[in-house]
Amino acid sequence: MAEFKLPANSKVSQHGRVFKAPEGAKRVRRFRIYRYDPDSGENPRIDTYELDMDSCGPMVLDALIKIKNEVDPTLTFRRSCREGICGSCAMNIDGRNGLACICACDDIDGDVRISPLPHQPVVKDLVPDLTDFYAQYASIKPWLQTRTPAPPDRERLQSKEEQQKVDRPSACILCACCSTSCPSYWWNSDRYLGPAALLAAYRWIVDSRDEATGERLDELEDPFRLYRCHTIMNCTEACPKDLNPAQAIGELKQMLVHRRY
Amino acid sequence: MDDRASTSMRSPLGRVTGLGTAKDGTAHWWAQRLTAVALVPLCGWMLVAALAQPNLDYATVHAWLARPVDAFLAALCVAVLAVHSWLGTTEIVEDYVHGRAAKVVTLITLRFAHALVGAAGVFAILRLSMGTLGS
Repeated sequence: MAEFKLPANSKVSQHGRVFKAPEGAKRVRRFRIYRYDPDSGENPRIDTYELDMDSCGPMVLDALIKIKNEVDPTLTFRRSCREGICGSCAMNIDGRNGLACICACDDIDGDVRISPLPHQPVVKDLVPDLTDFYAQYASIKPWLQTRTPAPPDRERLQSKEEQQKVDRPSACILCACCSTSCPSYWWNSDRYLGPAALLAAYRWIVDSRDEATGERLDELEDPFRLYRCHTIMNCTEACPKDLNPAQAIGELKQMLVHRRY
Repeated sequence: MDDRASTSMRSPLGRVTGLGTAKDGTAHWWAQRLTAVALVPLCGWMLVAALAQPNLDYATVHAWLARPVDAFLAALCVAVLAVHSWLGTTEIVEDYVHGRAAKVVTLITLRFAHALVGAAGVFAILRLSMGTLGS
């Protein structure tokens, strides 16, 4: 049956540490951050950090970096580009999945609550284990497959309209905000590919240069891989790049019906 | 199932590709949508027709369902409803029931239960429609 009880070590302790704002701070903001260190053997807890926003950058990632640099160097999170293109700092901020680097603290009311992406194993603090997420991406063979040899003297050509079809889906940065916001992915991430991998599959299926369209659709036609999607659309809501995985999945289902009749 | 937490040394890609694709699911998905579309007019008619009866005692319903078109539509509604419900509840079980044995038992039970209820409903309407009053 579905597991209604959390494993023993996922219950979040209410007795987190509190780091007070420095004396004389005028614009104080509270950050409530999920902390978990599997090596310690202790349950996760929520630590509270009070920051003086007058000496902190505007984005949630700025606050995290400030905490790590100046308050508590044990806080662990991923980050790289700090401009929304690498997807490393994906986390759950104020109850929504997003990128900490392009999420402004001012857009959040009250305390800033931060936890790792939902329903993935936690490596430490805000770092989720995305091994299976990446394997699912690899499983859809995200590269051009052709039988026609490439022209010897130039690249494979595409019309402007054909390019436009892959233009948006190619902008996916694999941050995992969509897949980890999807309830179907929460319950069946071992068999359901999830919106990110399905959007990537769609990107190659609608690519006019690709010649493995049918094989790609064959690989998706499965009650779990594709059809666990129940059009909840959290994926589209969550995507920090404003992509539309829900629409792509809908079109995949239409293609599978279309090729039967 | 999820052997990520266990000590399995299978590669992540091997784990994710698992037993491969069932090459199935489209018929189920399409049937679920078609039955849903069919149920809009059928259930609408059923509701309006049933509420239009002065009461729902045996004699009234018998007189109502003695009319062939009404009996046919009622039987069709019950049958399509049973199929749609079977498709939908199967989907829910696939979503939430994860133990292999529990899943198989639930799916078989659901299938039998829907066949039983659907057939019983259609049979009851036919009997009501074709039987004489009081039989």
